[in-house]
Amino acid sequence: MELVEAIILSVLAASTPLLIAATGELVTERSGVLNLGVEGMMIVGAACGFGGAWLTGSILIGALFGIIAGVLMSLIFALMALGLAVNQVATGLALTILGIGLSGLIGAGFVGERLTPAAHLYISGLTDIPLVGRVLFGEDAFVYFSIALIVGVWWFLYRTRAGLILRACGDNHISAHALGYPVLRIRTLAVMFGGACAGLAGAYLPLAYTPFFIPGMTAARGWIALALVVFASWRPGRLVVGAYLFGAVTILQLHAQGWGVGIPSQFMSALPYLATVIVLVLLSRARTGGSTAPAALGIVFVPDR
Amino acid sequence: MQLVLEKRAERSNTIALVSPLIAIGLTIVTMTILFAILGKNPVLALHAYFIAPLTDGYSLQEIAVKATPLVMIAIGLSLCYLANAWNIGAEGQFLIGAVAGSWIAVKTQGTDAGAWVLPAMLVLAAAAGALYALIPAICKVKFGASEILTSLMLVYVADLLMDYLVRGPWRDPKGFNFPTTAEFDPVATVPLLIEGGRLHFGSIIALLVVAAAAILLGRTIKGFEIRVVGAAPRAARFGGFNANQLIILTFAVSGALAGLAGIIEVAGPVGHLQPGISPGYGFTAIIVAFLGRLNPIGILIAGLFLALTFIGGEQAQIAMKIPLDVTKVFQGILLFYVLACDSLILYRFKLVFPNRQVIRGAG
Repeated sequence: MELVEAIILSVLAASTPLLIAATGELVTERSGVLNLGVEGMMIVGAACGFGGAWLTGSILIGALFGIIAGVLMSLIFALMALGLAVNQVATGLALTILGIGLSGLIGAGFVGERLTPAAHLYISGLTDIPLVGRVLFGEDAFVYFSIALIVGVWWFLYRTRAGLILRACGDNHISAHALGYPVLRIRTLAVMFGGACAGLAGAYLPLAYTPFFIPGMTAARGWIALALVVFASWRPGRLVVGAYLFGAVTILQLHAQGWGVGIPSQFMSALPYLATVIVLVLLSRARTGGSTAPAALGIVFVPDR
Repeated sequence: MQLVLEKRAERSNTIALVSPLIAIGLTIVTMTILFAILGKNPVLALHAYFIAPLTDGYSLQEIAVKATPLVMIAIGLSLCYLANAWNIGAEGQFLIGAVAGSWIAVKTQGTDAGAWVLPAMLVLAAAAGALYALIPAICKVKFGASEILTSLMLVYVADLLMDYLVRGPWRDPKGFNFPTTAEFDPVATVPLLIEGGRLHFGSIIALLVVAAAAILLGRTIKGFEIRVVGAAPRAARFGGFNANQLIILTFAVSGALAGLAGIIEVAGPVGHLQPGISPGYGFTAIIVAFLGRLNPIGILIAGLFLALTFIGGEQAQIAMKIPLDVTKVFQGILLFYVLACDSLILYRFKLVFPNRQVIRGAG
């Protein structure tokens, strides 16, 4: 029982950064913008988040630093892809390359430093309930926030007028523009939201997951988040399922390495990446009858005045 | 006040030629500011980056050695990007090529295998790189899975496979437990062009690849098809060109070139298989491809320039303690400016001052 609880806890912890980053990217993509720079925004968020927390001693300020860093990175993307109508795939790649370099530069001074990780909730009585207590009432704030975030995004997209307009921009920017909606402004806001989420997801890693910063610590989580959005068919509900499944794969391979199954550790470590490929293939294959992607995803839009 | 884009009637050829130069200029300005922020003398730093490596023969050879994989990979990537197929996993194809070629080198080690070893390594590496690149291409064509994500995921898989081999079955028993194979035999090593120098035969292969790509794109129907499918997919369909077939073809070619670059790097300058054989060649090659305007000659020049930044970065680190990550930042910023300047080829930037609405009274 102890082990089951420990596994569930670690799955939740491993899934949270994926969920946060993928939630942001989902909103960005629903507005019609494909930002492939999630990995770059995350790793800069990780470096700045750790820096902020290490300098001030506050996890909250660290998280804010991560968010701000992610937003600033996403603004570079918005300027290029929306302002200058540059190919979004190429811009996203550039953002990732830049982010990896920047994070190394920013984080160089913090490598080897440790930090007290984010505190976990403790409610006397509730948290002590066997099996479910710690899972439900003993998480860190990021875990609860990620769930609130995806619920909020679902509500925004499907239950508000602003969400409807955002989806309209993603499905047909020409019509949305003709109706008088400021497509590029809406998309910029969506990209910034994606950046904030990616930055926070990155900051989660050194603030709560492992209490130190190492260069490249995001280890392709940003790319997996991108795959998750496809996996979820751009729907918030499925995103939650996808994120926890992927978290489970990550943890499963870690535990399998610990049990010494006899399979070389490198093969187990490759599992999350292989799983991403297989899932993408299976899902894309199942979806032969028309794509569920936002119709205008990744298409450059230059408004005529 | 607002910045708006206005589509040009036709693409500007002047700007197409000067835009990479503008981008490099803007990057250098940005780097000057970055060096100042880091508290380093910008003039000395820029000298270390861009001038010092050009002043001695050893560094010049080293630039050509570094440019070799960059140019070979970027040529392949440019074919993909021209056909609108997004292979971003060249790093993985590079590593798989290195692993496949090294297999022959490791298995023939210490035997009296003859001169066939190196050619066999090159062929096998190219084939392995091509097959590895075909995985995302086939997933894309058959199932519609995003080739961007699948090709990137396979980079990590290739990296872990190599890691396993050099720590496990292929580890040099006399290597003090370091994760590396034994030094390759002379028959499994790419010959040097100058005795005692650094320049090796791989650079000649890279030049041949550039020439072949220039002929393919400029003189053949296939090259024309690749360009049309990317630039005007609808026209290509009317022309009866098979876009899926071209995705397969361009991925296979770019995988083969990346794999070839991988084994040339391992059997050439490195001399054995070990983790960290690539400082991100597969990703830097993306920048090379764009900086070279997806044109073979442009890529050759761009490859030499980015190789210069690798060597310059190392020299700046030794001489001025400038962190190596500055090179990556430099490369990222450069790609941004290149893409931004490319926008000028198709659009004109205009500052618009919104007219104040004049409200007239009725009557």
